[in-house]
Amino acid sequence: MVATSAESSPAVAGHELKINLRDPVVAGVLAWLIPGAGHWYQGRRTKAILFFLCIYATFFYGLWLGGGRVVYASWGPTSDEKRLPYLCQIGTGAVALPALWQAQRYSDGKFAQLMHEKADPKNDQRSFSEWFMAPPLPAVEHGPGGGEGRDEIDIINYRLNRRFELGTVYTMVAGLLNLLVIFDALGGPAYGAASARSKPPGSPGSTEATKPPAS
Amino acid sequence: MNFFAPLLATRLNELWYALPLIVAISVVYSGTRYERTDDILVGTFRSLAWIVTFMAIILAVLWLVGLMV
Repeated sequence: MVATSAESSPAVAGHELKINLRDPVVAGVLAWLIPGAGHWYQGRRTKAILFFLCIYATFFYGLWLGGGRVVYASWGPTSDEKRLPYLCQIGTGAVALPALWQAQRYSDGKFAQLMHEKADPKNDQRSFSEWFMAPPLPAVEHGPGGGEGRDEIDIINYRLNRRFELGTVYTMVAGLLNLLVIFDALGGPAYGAASARSKPPGSPGSTEATKPPAS
Repeated sequence: MNFFAPLLATRLNELWYALPLIVAISVVYSGTRYERTDDILVGTFRSLAWIVTFMAIILAVLWLVGLMV
């Protein structure tokens, strides 16, 4: 049990621990936008820094592993065009949002055609803002005799090898971890003030939760 | 048959990529369970030990299965 506001503050394990969650909804939204921001807003500064560093380090390391191409939004009609990992990656909040903007830009036929002309696999002439977190283009490399070529996703996979999958996993895990952080900002820690060295209150064998109140 | 062949086949070097991930997961998981810094630290090491032990057991099982086939 954890005190989630200034009004209720049960004593656990002999200690008085108040966690003022302020406005949990605002904290939850902030926690989604920037990992740790919700905790910073609640005054839980140590945890804010801890979450910020851990989640952003995981996310950006994954992004670096995947050459900036592992986070993209794509929701085409075929299963190949559906980028399901993005549903996890969006959990990191603001840093994954450029992918939505890129998906919107690339959905415009004229812009996609222009990018297609620039995206030569041997000499990609797109600027950083044009390729970063952009959905892969279809058939950028022409086959022999002008036949069907390779899709950009195949070329990216070939170039990055297993780093593409590793980068995807890292960025997905970062997003999923931020979900835990959002829940913590919304409702406080799962075990509250209970010590890690003792059993959590309410768990079988725990004496803390069943102890009668001192008269 | 090389005794370590099944183990080598798992491309052990790639397991190093799991280490930062395990650390990050342990820290964040423990951070959402406890509020005090020392509790978070203890919980982190506990989670870390659990995950590494679990992975080691799975690796050992796969290794043994690999030896048998």
